[in-house]
Amino acid sequence: MKWITNFLLSSIGKKLIMSLTGLFLCLFLIVHMIGNLQLFAGLPAFGGDEGEAFNTYAYMMTHNPLIKIISYGNYFFILLHAVQGILITMQNRKAKGGKYQGSETAKTEAKVASRNMAYLGILILAFIGLHMWQFWAHMHFFEMDQVKYASMGEPIKDLYSLVAEAFKAEWVVIFYLISLIGLSMHLMHGFWSAFQSMGLNNQKYSTIIRGAAMGFAILVPLGFASMPIVFYALSK
Amino acid sequence: MAHGEIKLNLHIWRQKGVNDKNAGIKTYKNVNVDTHMSFLEMLDVLNTKLIEEKHPDGPVSFEHDCREGICGSCSLVINGRPHGPMQGTTACQLHMRHFKDGQDVYIEPYKATAFPVISDLVTDRAALDRIINAGGYVSVNTGNAPDGNAVLVPQDISDEAMNAAACIGCGACVAACPNASAMLFTSAKVSHLALLPQGQAEATKRVKKMVATMDREGFGNCSNIGACEAECPKEISISNIARMNREYFSAVVGKD
Repeated sequence: MKWITNFLLSSIGKKLIMSLTGLFLCLFLIVHMIGNLQLFAGLPAFGGDEGEAFNTYAYMMTHNPLIKIISYGNYFFILLHAVQGILITMQNRKAKGGKYQGSETAKTEAKVASRNMAYLGILILAFIGLHMWQFWAHMHFFEMDQVKYASMGEPIKDLYSLVAEAFKAEWVVIFYLISLIGLSMHLMHGFWSAFQSMGLNNQKYSTIIRGAAMGFAILVPLGFASMPIVFYALSK
Repeated sequence: MAHGEIKLNLHIWRQKGVNDKNAGIKTYKNVNVDTHMSFLEMLDVLNTKLIEEKHPDGPVSFEHDCREGICGSCSLVINGRPHGPMQGTTACQLHMRHFKDGQDVYIEPYKATAFPVISDLVTDRAALDRIINAGGYVSVNTGNAPDGNAVLVPQDISDEAMNAAACIGCGACVAACPNASAMLFTSAKVSHLALLPQGQAEATKRVKKMVATMDREGFGNCSNIGACEAECPKEISISNIARMNREYFSAVVGKD
């Protein structure tokens, strides 16, 4: 069994962990983004249901046992990806031992993002902290306003109003947008990089993977960004 | 092209021995340089001047051998870029016509803890040799050489193997990498043997041993930045790194 630990602790094994956890989190981003687009179904300005669809969805997401299991996996993978990323970065810094005084760098294809993955990652982690405090912690642990719908027996927590209220604050919207730009850059490198780490980069796949990475890194953060932007704009 | 003369301000890393506490950049102003010289000839001329002047710093040590771009001895980081600003060019083949009159030029040794600086611009790159020793070879029985046509290699495979084998082992990839990773070097050496039939017999052992040695030597982890392939004087592609990853997975997970 020693081969497993040797493999996971080797430089290539560590890359594999980063790439597989990263791709799992990419999958999570898609589901999270599409689910949250139901916020738009609640907008009164467009004849929406004032959050019924979104709130019943949020109730399901916090009570369905299968989704609970997946969510624990998700927390674990976020932590593993972050901790491993920070450890690798520290190890790499030690291996490099400093910077050159000469200031030219070669033109690499994704240089800004790929050279700063750790900083972008820390920004995203800080964002996840704030984001979970604002919404997740309220849904799980705190008292919140509740609403009663005909489709549900008991009154359920009104997450929709909490989100709409949070997106009225300028600093929240600005921090969300900065974080999403960071996420976009992180994905710009990370999505492609995950496939390179798994050994799936050759001339046959390279163009497809790079195209998919570009599309993913732009569309997913854009989808997320639409929510604070629209809610903030309509609150004015 | 007519001979031209330019003056350069050279900022050179000076260091006496591995543990020199006074190591750092020293500046040599207005050095006369003929634009037809190679970068190493420019340093030769500077050294002649430093010796004649009995300059307290003494001549600058740097490594060189063939001066034809094929031995991998020269190892200068010029203005932050290993082997300087020209694509696919070693420092010895870099000519001074690519520099401007009055330009500031920083000349530093490779930066990586696995490559300790011995003196000025000279680093100890034996870590790369130890990676080769771990498995970058094929074992061949003595006796008559087999007939050249007995082992068939398709042309495209042979070309791909040759592209990887073009690696001169200079270590510019490590020097360019912000993580000081030796993945491009190791993957080129793994690839050129893994692609050919002669390399198959030891393929599984080779990749495992070479990666283990690479990790042990204190190189950093690859994060797929691509600075290595951009600076490689032989333009080795990072698709070799993907190939090494595949080889490693199949060797570790797929075989006994």
